[in-house]
Order: sequence, then C-alpha cells, then structure tokens
Amino acid sequence: MAAHNLKHALFCAFITLIISYPILGFDLTSRGTTVVLEGVNTTTSIGVLAAVIIVFLFQYFRDSVMGSLRQLPAINPLANREPMEQSKRLKLESILLTLMIIGALIWPFIASRGAVDLATLVLIYIMLALGLNVVVGLAGLLDLGYVAFYAVGAYTFALLSQYYGISFWFALPIGAGLAALFGLVLGFPVLRLRGDYLAIVTLGFGEIIRILLNNMTSLTGGPNGIGGIPDPTLFGMEFGRRVKEEGNTSFHETFGIAYSGEHKVIFLYLIALVLAVITAIAIRRLMRMPVGRAWEALREDEIAAKSLGLSRTAVKLSAFTIGAFFAGFAGTVFASKQGFISPESFVFLESAIILAIVVLGGMGSQMGVILAAIAVTILPELAREFSEYRMLIFGAAMVLMMVWRPQGLMPMRRIHIELKRQE
Amino acid sequence: MQDLLYFIQQLINGLTIGSTYALIAIGYTMVYGIIGMINFAHGEIYMIGAYTALIAITGLAALGIAWLPLVLIVALICAMLVSSSMGWAVERVAYRPVRGKHRLIPLISAIGMSIFLQNYVHLAQGSRNVGFPALIEGGFQFGATDSFQTSISYMQITIFITTLVCMTILSLFISRSRIGRACRAVSQDLGMANLLGIDTNRIISATFVIGAALAAVAGLLLGMYYGSIDPLFGFIAGLKAFTAAVLGGIGSIPGAMLGGLILGVAESMTSGYLSGEYKDVVSFGLLILILLFKPTGLLGKPEVEKI
Repeated sequence: MAAHNLKHALFCAFITLIISYPILGFDLTSRGTTVVLEGVNTTTSIGVLAAVIIVFLFQYFRDSVMGSLRQLPAINPLANREPMEQSKRLKLESILLTLMIIGALIWPFIASRGAVDLATLVLIYIMLALGLNVVVGLAGLLDLGYVAFYAVGAYTFALLSQYYGISFWFALPIGAGLAALFGLVLGFPVLRLRGDYLAIVTLGFGEIIRILLNNMTSLTGGPNGIGGIPDPTLFGMEFGRRVKEEGNTSFHETFGIAYSGEHKVIFLYLIALVLAVITAIAIRRLMRMPVGRAWEALREDEIAAKSLGLSRTAVKLSAFTIGAFFAGFAGTVFASKQGFISPESFVFLESAIILAIVVLGGMGSQMGVILAAIAVTILPELAREFSEYRMLIFGAAMVLMMVWRPQGLMPMRRIHIELKRQE
Repeated sequence: MQDLLYFIQQLINGLTIGSTYALIAIGYTMVYGIIGMINFAHGEIYMIGAYTALIAITGLAALGIAWLPLVLIVALICAMLVSSSMGWAVERVAYRPVRGKHRLIPLISAIGMSIFLQNYVHLAQGSRNVGFPALIEGGFQFGATDSFQTSISYMQITIFITTLVCMTILSLFISRSRIGRACRAVSQDLGMANLLGIDTNRIISATFVIGAALAAVAGLLLGMYYGSIDPLFGFIAGLKAFTAAVLGGIGSIPGAMLGGLILGVAESMTSGYLSGEYKDVVSFGLLILILLFKPTGLLGKPEVEKI
C-alpha cells in the first residue's frame, strides 16, 4: 500500500507543479508590439513549491489524515442533535424575520450614506436571488441567463422614461410584466428540454439579449448605455434640490426641512426594502399553494409528477415566468438607483453570482438565500484589499459547496411529520 | 466572379474557424458521451492551453531559438501537457466527488470551476489581452489583382492540416486502441463496463485528458490565427464549441467535427454578409433552434428515457 501511495502522491505533486508553475511563474508583458517573458518571482516560486509539498504530503498520508479527520468531534456541535420541533422552529424563524425587518427599517437612520447605498444593492440582490430561487431551487430548472430578465426590467424603465417620460411607479409594473412576458415567450419552447440543455439555452438567450442591447445603438445607446434615469417620486414629490417636472413639488419644501441628498438615498432604500419584503412574502405564499407544491414535485420526479396529472409545461412555465417577473422588479429598482445603465451590468458573471447566492444559501430555502445574498454582497466590500480575489473565491466556493454540502448552508425544510422511533 | 470569390473567401475563413471549434467540441462530446455532464470548464482549459503555448513561444524566443518547426512542436507539447494535467486535475477535484448526484450538482460545480480558472489566469497574467506573434506568415492569392482577391494564408493551411491529423489520430485511437475500446464500452454502459473489469475511473480521466489535449491544440492554433489572447476568450469559444457539439449530436465524435464546420461557416457567412457583431447571435440562435427542432443533433442517437 505504501508504494502505491508514494507513486500516487508523487504523481499528484507533479501534476500540481505542471498546472501551477507555467501560469503563475512566468509573466507575459507587452512591450510595444512584442511580448516578453518576465522572470520568475521568488515568492511565487516558493508558493508553488509549498503547494507541491502540501499536495504530496496530503496524498502520501491521505489514509491516516482522513482517518483522524473522521475521528475528530464534529465541528458543528448542533449537527447531531435532534431536529427542533416544528412549531418551535417556525416561531423562532418568524421572530428572527421580524427582528430582521425592524433592523432593516432602522438601518438608514443610523448608518452612513454609503452604507445605505450598499444596503439597497443588497436588497436588489435579495430580490434577484429570491426570484431565481423559484426557478432553480423550487422548480429545479437551471437558468443561466437570468440576468437577461433583470436587463429587460432595467431597460424598460430607462427607455420608457427617456422616450415617454414615464415615472418609476408606472414603469415598475410595466418592467416586471415585460420581463415576465419575455420569460413566458422564451420558456414556452425551451422548457421541453432536459435540464442541462435548458441551462445552455438560457445562457445563450442571456448573451443574445446583451449583444442586442450592445448593438442596437440608435435605441439603447449601445455600450454607452442610457443615463439620466429619473429618481422615484413620493406622491409627486421629487427629491432633487430643484423640481425637474412642471407641477411637481419637492420633498424638502413640502415638509419645510432643509434639503439633504440623503433623503433620496433613504427613500430608494425603503422602496427596495418594501419590494424585497413583498417578493419574499409573495414567494412564500406561492410555495404553499398547489402551484408551489407542483414545482417541487416536478423537481423531485418528473415522471411521477406527470403520472399524477401535472402538466409539465404549465408548471415549469409558471415558475419561469414568476422568476422573470421578480427579476424585472429588481431591474427597475436597479436602474433607478444607478441613474445610468449599460450592457456592462448584465454580463454572464452577474447570472453566475446570483446563482452562487442561491446555491450557497441552499436551494429552495428562503432564509438561507437572503442570508447568502447579504454575505455575498457585503463581504467583498469589507475586504476591499482582497477584492481582486473575489471571483476566484466565488468559483472555489461553488465547487466546494457542491462537493461537501450540495444542499447549501441552510437547507430547505419542508413541513413534515417526524415519526417517533419505537423502542 | 467577384461575388463568387468573396463567397469562397468566407467559406475558407469559416472552415478554418470551424475546424478549431471541432477540436474543442470533441472534449465536450466525449465527456458528455461518457458521464452525461457538460464540462463547463473546457473553454478555460483551451484558454490555458493558448497561454501556455504563448509562454513557451516567448520563452524559446528569449533563449534565441527561432527554428519554426521546433518552436511550434515545443509549444504544442507544452500546451498539451499543461492542459491535459489541468483536465485531469479538474475532473479529480470538481467532478469525481459529485459524480452520480443530481444532474444540476455537477453542472454548478463545473460553472464554479470555470469561474475559478478564469480568475486564476486573470490574477496570474493580468486581464489585458496579450499579442500572440504571427509565426506563420504569407499565403496564396487568387483572382485578378485589381479586384477582390481570395486568399488562403499558410496559417489557415496549417490549421486545416493539424486538425485533420488530430482527428485521424483520434479516430484511430478510439477505434483501434485498448483504451479507445474501453472508452466506447464505458459510454455505452458504465455499470456494465465496470463489471467486466474496466477501470471506469481511469477511462473517465483519460477522456478528460484527451479532450484537454485537443483543446490545447486548438488554443495554439486559434491564438496564432487571431493574434491575441486574454483570460476571457475561452468562455465564448467554449460556448461555440458546445453549440457545435450539440449541433452534430452530443456524444458523437463525427458529429462534433461536422457541427464545428457548419457552425464556423454559418458564423463567417454572417460576418461576411450581415455584420460581425451579430455572429454570436446567429450561433446561439442556431443552438436554440436545433435544440427545439432536433434535440438529438444531426448525427446523434435519440435518447430513450427509462423508468
């Protein structure tokens, strides 16, 4: 066994050297028109060497390392305890949710302007992730082009306000509705496809939308995007220093308070908060409705669900459309928050980030998805010096999650009855 | 006459690109044929192959070696070595532990791997594109000198010949060699092959290694053809190659070759007659249409759903 282990460990160490040294060790630099190879940096060499030695040692002593790891007490002391009673868990969850919403309501009045802005972004991601959670987590349809519906929502508002001067409140339902329509039209033909084909087709669709937005310069402004998207108004009261539109009044004059740029940020945050809460509640209700049960049934076993009389197309289409609807919602808020949108904001990576949020949180679990959205958006902001490693860590986290804990950090729990074991 | 020459030019360009798509598509199709998953990170392996080839070429230039065949062969070997090691490692780390689980799990793992590799190269080599030296220059010209001329560059001829050689070797390998026979057996029935004494884990690893090596060849060829590479260029190429694999019928190796050529021609016709910006739209549109009307592709076998 030892000889075999040694051979395997040497092989693994060698592979590690091959895959890391050429890419990390040499640096290609452009000098004018020619490319030159920069020499090897000592720290990188030591790092590569260390990695090789670690891989070698781990593979050589693999059996004993894994054996002792298994004997260690579980890291999570809660892992082996009895599952909490249903009613108690539900109560705890609702208390937690209430506390979270109260905290979110107080937040803008105690935090700085930048923090409130970031929180708005978090809420947009929560909306997106909750919407994608319906499609991926509940219905089990892998949608890699989710960002396309987000783009539809954002561009609908931007274009309507630019050409017809339509305000945020009118654009919100139109944008969401249009995104849902796109979902319906795309979903109708493609939902017959099997899971992985569906993933690729939605990915292709997302790219098509982005390329079209980039190239229809006369309508969308192409890569330059659309600017000057108006802020939302509160019953016709604007938040700017001066009133832009005839007949409107400004917020600070109506209430007789001094003008402050923060009002707008806080107002936008509150809108996003209300919409996110609406999204969460609507999806929570849908999950308990027959259609929600049908989504999960179809995800678990398509053939069994079909035999029980569920229409596969109708059920999948409803999930796809509802997911797209909430993406449109989030898109409208995003356009209003940024005041400027361009196809840059709707690349595949964005879809991947939203998917990563759903996967990390636990597919299907709302609480998990909300917490993951907060973590994924805030962590890179906190660790700014590591921000360039953000996507690297993302990718690695997605792989590791799938390998070790495919059900996510907070897996979904269905209402069920635990049978007591008979003595 | 001029229109015909223009058409022939587009056809030649399309076949050049198409044959490299075919090389990448083989990696997708072989993996799909055996374990039924989409290896999302394959495009990144191709990109790493191109980077390694470029590193080898500039390294040799720095050493003062300029004899073209030697440079190309060394670059090719380096690229194939690094890419296939990468393919092996990716399978080992990200796919083997999740094999046999629900369909979405390996796919998400693959997407994570793809993002990881993209950023790995991005961090190590920077995000800006680097110029790839044109080692093979010149070509043949057809047509009158005062009007449009059709040209075939030596680079394009090299691409054709290399692809042809690779495809021939692969076909012989799959049909004649012991590992090739095992590959076919595993793709027909993994469990049965295992019972008959084939080390299926080894065969699956071999599939990843072969696919990655071919992707590295494509990386070197396309890098030289386009003249510049960047860490993101594997993603779109991977999608195109996947489209080619689906077009030809996923799981079928001749299908991947045919699909690659058709896709390449369709793309170059779009950029020749419509606009270069829409060529990606056309290839993704083509993918969607094929999946809708003939999900098994041109040469694929229909899949029977067993209960």
